[in-house]
Amino acid sequence: MPYDYRPYPVRRAPGLDSPEPRHPVVVVGAGPVGLALAIDLAQAGVPVVVLDDNNVVSVGSRAICWSKRSLEILDRLGVGQRCLDKGVTWKVGRTFHRDAQVFEFDLLPEAGHRMPAFVNLQQYYVEEYLIDRAMQLPLIDIRFRNRVTAVAPAADHAALTVETPDGSYRIEARWLVACDGAKSPVRGMLGLDFDGVLFEERFLIADIEMQADFPSERWFWFEPTFHPGQSALLHKQPDNIYRIDLQLGWDADPEAERRPERILPRIEKVVGHRDFRLDWASIYTFQCRRLARFVHGPVIFAGDSAHVVSPFGARGGNGGLQDVDALGWRLAAVVQGAPAALLQAYDRERQWGADENILNSSRATRFMSPDPGVERLFRDAVLDLAGRADFARPMVNSGRLSKPCVYPLHGAPDDPALPPASRPGAVAPDAPVGNGWLLNALGGDFTLLAVGAAAPSAGLRVVAPPVTDMLRARYLGPAAEGAIYLIRPDQVVAARWQRADTAAVRAALAEAGGCW
Amino acid sequence: MLVTTPNIADPDGFYAALLEAHRGLDAAGSAALNARLVLILANHIGDRAVLDEALALARGVRAEAERAPTA
Ligand SMILES: Cc1cc2nc3c(=O)[nH]c(=O)nc-3n(C[C@H](O)[C@H](O)[C@H](O)COP(=O)(O)OP(=O)(O)OC[C@H]3O[C@@H](n4cnc5c(N)ncnc54)[C@H](O)[C@@H]3O)c2cc1C
Repeated sequence: MPYDYRPYPVRRAPGLDSPEPRHPVVVVGAGPVGLALAIDLAQAGVPVVVLDDNNVVSVGSRAICWSKRSLEILDRLGVGQRCLDKGVTWKVGRTFHRDAQVFEFDLLPEAGHRMPAFVNLQQYYVEEYLIDRAMQLPLIDIRFRNRVTAVAPAADHAALTVETPDGSYRIEARWLVACDGAKSPVRGMLGLDFDGVLFEERFLIADIEMQADFPSERWFWFEPTFHPGQSALLHKQPDNIYRIDLQLGWDADPEAERRPERILPRIEKVVGHRDFRLDWASIYTFQCRRLARFVHGPVIFAGDSAHVVSPFGARGGNGGLQDVDALGWRLAAVVQGAPAALLQAYDRERQWGADENILNSSRATRFMSPDPGVERLFRDAVLDLAGRADFARPMVNSGRLSKPCVYPLHGAPDDPALPPASRPGAVAPDAPVGNGWLLNALGGDFTLLAVGAAAPSAGLRVVAPPVTDMLRARYLGPAAEGAIYLIRPDQVVAARWQRADTAAVRAALAEAGGCW
Repeated sequence: MLVTTPNIADPDGFYAALLEAHRGLDAAGSAALNARLVLILANHIGDRAVLDEALALARGVRAEAERAPTA
């Protein structure tokens, strides 16, 4: 069944009738990133206005692969379970050369995590769930068909001009967060450069509906016999929808390739029959670009407006949700009185994250679409060897799937005897706790996690679960008897000790931006 | 550390075997064979520091010079 696009109600904006008081935060764009940020801020007690030029969720599926970390973030925002229930869970990827498997990966080989490695779920569902959630929160004022047409940044606010079906109005925001996507009009209005590379390659991306029993795995082919010389990708989605990506080459004529009479035979060759319905298709070129900085005075960029990647690795939407994770608690704190310098840490951490995503995405895209000459030579050598020598298999790069980066928290208190997985800068690893999950007990505020040790009193919420084998493995390791972890509101480990006193915890808290 | 002193017992014999492996190949075939060979040998070495020294030597620069800051 095709997705039922229901338009959201368009209400008359108050600013059309009388000037609105300056808003603490205005978010431009109700894509996954803008919606998630609005919810994160509202959950922290900050009122938010969200402006979107449209009044339906994402047309065409676009993002489908949501990572474990995204699911954990979405869970904190109240929609994790819905995504999990509806999505197709998977963790195994297979890569083929011609028709033989050359590489296989399992993205979550260990048990004891609430969220799976990935779910596949059409972007329109994720946005629908986020909008439902946003509409439950009285602090969110979401205005559909409100297009931002001008932005004037000042020292302590930004003034916006907004066009609506009923006319245009102006509002002011102390903080304007531009979540307005890859083509970001706000970025354009500020005249900011968006540097990076364009890959000279075209891809046909299609969603089809069919009855089939492909396993819930990611299948990627280099030079398959059904699509000679190019690459292909197959993913299963809910509602009997399958995603197919076909590399077309740079010479392909996008106008011609967009026509169903060209698309249908190509897909028929992939699935082996004509018994499918074309749900949506588009021709893409891909780029890896980012802004040099994400914070520009009162204007903050997050998601695709700040950075774009090619989709092999699913690092676009997932990277954007990690921006939300790093920004939400800090911006809430700043609105509530913390020094604005706290936002520099958002900028620094998410530049780091964007660079890692761009590095991985561009390496995969180059492997898929090598320049003629030496790039092609080594690519083909790897594929050739992968069929007969194990060592070449991990070099086969069809995309390295999104994982949260580990932030470099230089000088954060650490104890090298504790396990590397939970070091400062990493997301706290999940584990079963009682009838629930550790991550559900962390986040939102700074928290002390005390594993087999007594937490010093530091005015913080304390989580002290009984020590299980999994908690021991993830938080103590073979050597330690107990440990104290300082966990940030975004569930990132800020500091850890085998023994800590109040002064040590307070100092680490201040360093992490937790007291002001 | 990359071994740059003579390390193959029969250098003439190996050299001949290398040429022999390329016999009958056109330029593209030879280039492909060399690429495979590089990958195979690189994996055998494994140690990234040694590989980086080898890359620098092949490019005609000393490894230290390559790594030194350029400011
Ligand atoms: C084919 C394809 C496959 C992908 N697959 C994946 C995947 O599997 N996993 C993944 O994580 N990512 C994937 N991505 C990337 C993902 O879709 C994006 O990273 C994600 O949509 C970014 O979210 P966003 O909220 O930043 O921007 P968008 O989703 O682009 O939202 C921007 C919003 O801003 C609104 N807007 C724009 N201008 C204005 C204005 N002037 N005034 C008001 N509103 C405005 C738009 O209407 C839109 O609602 C894929 C992308 C493509 C194209």
